[in-house]
Amino acid sequence: MATITAQTGTERINYLNVRTTVASWLLTLDHKRIGILYLLGITLFFFLGSLAAAAIRLELATPKGDLMTSDTYNKMFTIHGVLMIFFFLIPSIPASFGNFVLPMMIGARDVAFPRLNLLSWYFYMIGGVLATIALLKGGIDTGWTFYTPYSSAFAKGEVSLAIVGVFLVGFSSIFTGINFLVTIHKMRAPGMTWFRLPLFVWAMYATSLIQVLGTPVVAITLLLVAVERTFGIGIFDPNRGGDPILFQHLFWFYSHPAVYIMILPGMGVISEVIATFSRRRVFGYHFVAFSSLAIAIIGFLVWGHHMFSTGQSIYAGIVFSFLTFLVAIPSAIKTFNWMATIWKGRVHWEAPMIYALGFLGLFVIGGLTGLHLASLATNVHLTDTYFVVAHFHYVMVGGAIMAYMAALHYWWPKMTGRMYPQSWAKLAALMVFVGFNLTFFPQFILGYMGMPRRYHSYPEEWWALNLLSSAGASILGLGYLLPAIYLVWSLKYGRIAEKNPWGARGLEWEVVDTLPHPHNFERTPIVTRPAYDYAHPEEPTAIFPAPRPAYVGGGGKDG
Amino acid sequence: MVSVREAELHLIEHGREVPHLGEQYETIEQQNDAYTIGMWAFIVQEVLFFGGLFASYAVYRFKYLYEFVAAHHTLSVVFGALNTFVLLVSSYTMARAVRAAMLQQHKTQFKYLLWTIFFASIFMVNKYFEYSSKYHHQLIPNQSYSAEEVIHHNHLKVDNGMVDLGKRKVSLEEFTGRTKLFFSFYFIMTGLHGLHVLVGIIILAILAVRAYSDHIRRVPHADYMPVEMVGLYWHFVDIVWIFLFPLLYLMGGQ
Ligand SMILES: [Cu+2]
Repeated sequence: MATITAQTGTERINYLNVRTTVASWLLTLDHKRIGILYLLGITLFFFLGSLAAAAIRLELATPKGDLMTSDTYNKMFTIHGVLMIFFFLIPSIPASFGNFVLPMMIGARDVAFPRLNLLSWYFYMIGGVLATIALLKGGIDTGWTFYTPYSSAFAKGEVSLAIVGVFLVGFSSIFTGINFLVTIHKMRAPGMTWFRLPLFVWAMYATSLIQVLGTPVVAITLLLVAVERTFGIGIFDPNRGGDPILFQHLFWFYSHPAVYIMILPGMGVISEVIATFSRRRVFGYHFVAFSSLAIAIIGFLVWGHHMFSTGQSIYAGIVFSFLTFLVAIPSAIKTFNWMATIWKGRVHWEAPMIYALGFLGLFVIGGLTGLHLASLATNVHLTDTYFVVAHFHYVMVGGAIMAYMAALHYWWPKMTGRMYPQSWAKLAALMVFVGFNLTFFPQFILGYMGMPRRYHSYPEEWWALNLLSSAGASILGLGYLLPAIYLVWSLKYGRIAEKNPWGARGLEWEVVDTLPHPHNFERTPIVTRPAYDYAHPEEPTAIFPAPRPAYVGGGGKDG
Repeated sequence: MVSVREAELHLIEHGREVPHLGEQYETIEQQNDAYTIGMWAFIVQEVLFFGGLFASYAVYRFKYLYEFVAAHHTLSVVFGALNTFVLLVSSYTMARAVRAAMLQQHKTQFKYLLWTIFFASIFMVNKYFEYSSKYHHQLIPNQSYSAEEVIHHNHLKVDNGMVDLGKRKVSLEEFTGRTKLFFSFYFIMTGLHGLHVLVGIIILAILAVRAYSDHIRRVPHADYMPVEMVGLYWHFVDIVWIFLFPLLYLMGGQ
């Protein structure tokens, strides 16, 4: 390839050493490098969002609002929400690990549109920088939902700038979605049929559908808010004939499915990790695959459950409630199938598996408490309380971030060529699990007792549970800090990773080298086995045809 | 997915000789299919993007039917119809450009791309005149908006600060707010559409330059897919207008 210029000594060419200049990173079209770029950006925004979370928990450690004013507190939870949702959770697994492993998993040299892929990273970073500027320059106090008329008529601060940032990151997400849809449809290696795909790919397919179908709606909605603020029109302003509830409909039409943009890729990761460390094909492969699609489709029909207490029609409420309950079915199908996989498998207790088990525990609690919120009667009692906060943190942090950590530990050797210390990683997983439960379980109780969200002070009698929550948050914080230390340490001092350190099946482990070649496969594999074929360890997943004829291009001729 | 046999056959017949075949693809058919699916996915995304707007417009049109109908009378059906015609013709010239690209007739392709740009520009010029007439009548939905032109145009009676809409009366303040809402939608919807036309003109210009250079250099097998994809985009932009025109200009009340 003409683009490959450097080869250091006798070392094999890989995606990292092929070129090492800064420009080669910033202009890279390699899906693996773009995945790494995303990983760096995501880590940055996760760190910033965590600082805001720390400020929130610090304030709530005492009943009085003594650390900051209520205005500052509003800004803190807005920073936390905006950064964590739009700049961490939405792109987290798809844009980093999806980019890194998805083409390898299906036997492709790259995604279908590498330039679009790089463009999406720039949209992401520019959006992130704009949003951060808005949050630092006086901040915004609307909450991450930008509800009107807070965001249109009353908001202080740089709402429009933040909206531009979110708008850009939305399009970066759409670009990723389009890219993966096309990649999964057209870039699969010969023999890689739909039902030989790893379940991570199915999950990414469902995620991409939501990204393409949902994100444009929130983009136009936020654009309308920005226009409303700039030109003084009243599309969502009741004083000028507008309807703020319309904003909520449009917003949740995206933002409920967006929850599945965050959790479906995590479910995909869990399928991979559980199969690998149970040395067993995922039980009920077809059910798990289709349940991803089912979640994506039903997910578009349930947005009204965020609006039970807005005075929407009771009949609409009943339908939305019923449809929300339906989501539990595909989610339960996945959970039971994972458990059946572990049950019949030979479990290896490596760090990624510990994270995956943590996911199972926390996701089940998060999912089941969702049912309390889905039913109309209990919802009225629980709306806008800490019960809701606890519920979605169990799904988003306990589910999505646990899966993210599992993915990070699972594919780290492939990405960096190094192993990290297993015992430290298991300790971190345990700390996250314990810290997380200490932080958020008390919030279920607080919410049930009626503590409302988004206040910087509260009555004395809720002090003990809040203090417990803040204490748990510090353990959780350490649990996240620990991997940052030993993973960075491993880059230099970690044991050199072999090609397939976990004994996993799948093209990215069996065929692609550690570290991967810039084009992943020196020759296009022909896939002969389904995913997770642990029952036939002697059969390779892919074979290789005769070498392809040498490249004879140039001269602009078309044979 | 390329079947095993297809991939092998293609390698035997062509190797990787097609100059515009991306490194990540095996065959030119795979690349063309990828472009097509990608473009359709992008268009679906656009449909949802405009869909949010259309839905919001529909909500308020139901809610404030009389006010919206009164406001829509101030739009010029003649200008709207002319623009519809101009865009339809541009869709035809675009289709001819795509056809020429497929047949590798670079000069014909160049000619039809120029025609498409020409009609698109007429559309934009018309839009400019329409917008400036709205500005003239203080119908731009900003601080200086006034419903006077709407009242005047519809010969509505105002007494005691109440506007008589035939079947119901609303206060002048409400009437102003609601008609202003109509013009907000009018400007946002046609404005976003106009932006798409403008982007289309820029891309068409780039394609025209490329077609001309292919013609000069006598390239035997240029990649026709970019023209075909832009063609899809262009037809989509036209279709958005085909919906906007009746929704904003034509639909009456009752
Ligand atoms: Cu929801």
